[in-house]
Amino acid sequence: MKITVSGKIKEYKDGLTLKELVEAEKVETPEYVTGSVNDELYSAKDFEGIVLKDGDAVEFLYFMGGGLC
Amino acid sequence: MEFTYEQMQRYSRHIILKEIGSKGQKKLLNSRVLIIGAGGLGSPAAMYLAAAGVGTIGVADADEVDLSNLQRQIVHTTADVGKAKVLSAKETMEAINPDVKVIPYETFVSAENIADLIKDYDFVIDGTDNFPAKFLINDACVMAEKPFSHAGIIRFQGQLMTYVPGRGPCYRCVFKNPPPADAVPTCRQAGVVGAMGGVIGSLQAMEAIKYLLGKGELLTGYLLTYNALTMEFRKIKLPEKVKDCPICGDNPTIHELTDYEMNSCGGAF
Repeated sequence: MKITVSGKIKEYKDGLTLKELVEAEKVETPEYVTGSVNDELYSAKDFEGIVLKDGDAVEFLYFMGGGLC
Repeated sequence: MEFTYEQMQRYSRHIILKEIGSKGQKKLLNSRVLIIGAGGLGSPAAMYLAAAGVGTIGVADADEVDLSNLQRQIVHTTADVGKAKVLSAKETMEAINPDVKVIPYETFVSAENIADLIKDYDFVIDGTDNFPAKFLINDACVMAEKPFSHAGIIRFQGQLMTYVPGRGPCYRCVFKNPPPADAVPTCRQAGVVGAMGGVIGSLQAMEAIKYLLGKGELLTGYLLTYNALTMEFRKIKLPEKVKDCPICGDNPTIHELTDYEMNSCGGAF
């Protein structure tokens, strides 16, 4: 199946979960990232139960501090 | 209020814009923006807002200028090392534009003082570097129905979003709760290119200006991300509303402000 990950179309096997995608994409600080699938938000603890399907658009939203330090 | 000759000259590039004009410039001169954190993000935001003639600008920060700040905190100079950041920022901002009244608050924001700090301002800029402060600013602004700009920078990356009461998701809709101290790298640990603050802090100033003017589209309902290495800006759509958000959802569970545990990023902000 084809899914869009951070704006880029990628080929992944059917039945891939969001947790497996996080691992495959080597997402940084995976326990603290927010996932967006077709504009719906999911916390990291829910990733295992999210099965992706052809045409899904996935984004990862990272904690970003910075500014002062 | 009529413009002086100096003001006509100073703001001529604004006044010529159909989106601003003399009416918009007067709006800016009558507006009040609070900048929390006079650091990498707060510096360019403070300087551009002062130059733009935002009439009253509050700056809150309890730190003093350190030599290691100067790689990116451009509101401060080498001569300011050791000086309170809010005073150093005030001097620079008033030197850029004496029309502007800068109110320094030499304090960290806390659950105790934040409601008082934000209450007289039209827009808040979060230029802080840590998650306890970011969640506190979000919660206080949601409770007080104040619009604010969130931003973060690290390494070659940055992000920002704008919260407007009743018009879109808040920071907590996206990020729920602060990560445990040290779970997520900070720019002190991971580094940051100084110009990142320039890019993202200037965008925060732009969001404030558009909000004050009531012009254009704000980053409400979007998280803008910037990767300087690949030179990509991405506008990630967020849900219009997150029903189970603990602060702005249908059944909020947060009714008072909390000081979360601080991380190791150079102090309490």
